[in-house]
Amino acid sequence: MMVDLSAIASATPYLLSGLWFTVQITVVGVTGGIVFGSLLAVARLSRNRLVSTLATAYVNLMRSIPLILVIFWVFFLVPWAIGWMTRSGRPVAVGASLTIFVTFVLFEAAYYAEIVRAGFRSISPGQYSACEALGLSKFHAYIYILFPQAIRNVLPILLTQTIVLFQDTSLVYVISATDLLGAATKIAQRDGRLVEMYLTVGVIYFVVCYAASQFVKQLQGRLAYGAR
Amino acid sequence: MNGLGWTLSLALGAWTIALIVGTLVGVARTLPRGILPRLGRVYVETFRNIPLLVQMFFWYFVLPELLPVRVGMAIKQMDPPWGSFVPALICLGLFTAARIAEQVRAGIQALPSGQMQAASALGFGQGNMYRLILLPQAFRIILPTLTNEFMTIFKNTSVALTIGLVELTATAREINENTFRTFEAFGVVTIVYLVIALLAWQIMHRIERAAQLPALAGGGARP
Repeated sequence: MMVDLSAIASATPYLLSGLWFTVQITVVGVTGGIVFGSLLAVARLSRNRLVSTLATAYVNLMRSIPLILVIFWVFFLVPWAIGWMTRSGRPVAVGASLTIFVTFVLFEAAYYAEIVRAGFRSISPGQYSACEALGLSKFHAYIYILFPQAIRNVLPILLTQTIVLFQDTSLVYVISATDLLGAATKIAQRDGRLVEMYLTVGVIYFVVCYAASQFVKQLQGRLAYGAR
Repeated sequence: MNGLGWTLSLALGAWTIALIVGTLVGVARTLPRGILPRLGRVYVETFRNIPLLVQMFFWYFVLPELLPVRVGMAIKQMDPPWGSFVPALICLGLFTAARIAEQVRAGIQALPSGQMQAASALGFGQGNMYRLILLPQAFRIILPTLTNEFMTIFKNTSVALTIGLVELTATAREINENTFRTFEAFGVVTIVYLVIALLAWQIMHRIERAAQLPALAGGGARP
């Protein structure tokens, strides 16, 4: 079978719009995931038994089930939940993008929570005591002293997880969303150009992820050198 | 629960492939010279930097088109469950192999270089040195990360539903579409995944305990 380059050229604008959605999911997933994940990490370290147990249960649950299953859960439950909250009594139609954003924040938060928690554990206990001795409130201690150090210590792992997230966005295919892979699939099926389309997206994912992982490797070297 | 059977057999089959290929590639990457370390690096970077789902499509849609027509047709005409099971098995096996290869490499490189020098001083050939000296120690060091990988492979089997394998998650989706019992269908499957994760962890934890050596206790402990 011949590979037809013109098929790829004519599909480029549509593929780029798909790539744009992939980037959007990644940005929302990373921002929301780190914010919610950090809250979960703090909750797991809380002295309040109930709070820490709930946070631990949430993280372990999310980490034990596949992302696709979570996408389905949110896809079927969010319309129903909104219907229940607005008391309209029946499910409300929700766009695929909202479903996807919610899913990625909920799911990735569990993974980011574990990374941030490892960051908190890498800070020497003296830092915690010093904050207390200085009379900082818990909130201020976390925001100004502990969180910045924790993030710095785990920055490479955090970025690696973000590369994984970028790859995971391709799974939104299962609810027919138009991300990079979704766009390629739609053109592939319309024009019967499976080979060209899937090879093209494969190359795009590879270039982005390889460049990003090389950057992380470099950063890791520099951080290790700067630390001590 | 037919889907559970497919999930388990896909995961365990792929795990076997991944361990074998992953160990070979991991060893290749630690060899001192030649083309093998470079090939190993190309393998790892390729399989790690392309999403699993795209790789799944590659094995299922693209490969039969690129092969000679007769072979391609033969692949496409495989009976329903096997037509998607075999590509999924190869795909997941080779994908996980790349991740295991990196861990094996890290494990071997974590050993003191005296191990390798002592082995060659004692007259071990390269094959025996890896088989008898380096790998047994390296595997003990990387067991905790292997545990993680073993639990991940069960979750990754769900990606096979995109090429038509009716595994656990696909079963839930079918039940939901036929009966509209969303909660029950997805609830049961979620619990099954939880149980699988717990069992997988238990098994690996037992192996970790059994394989632990006193001298390496620090490295063999849980993170």
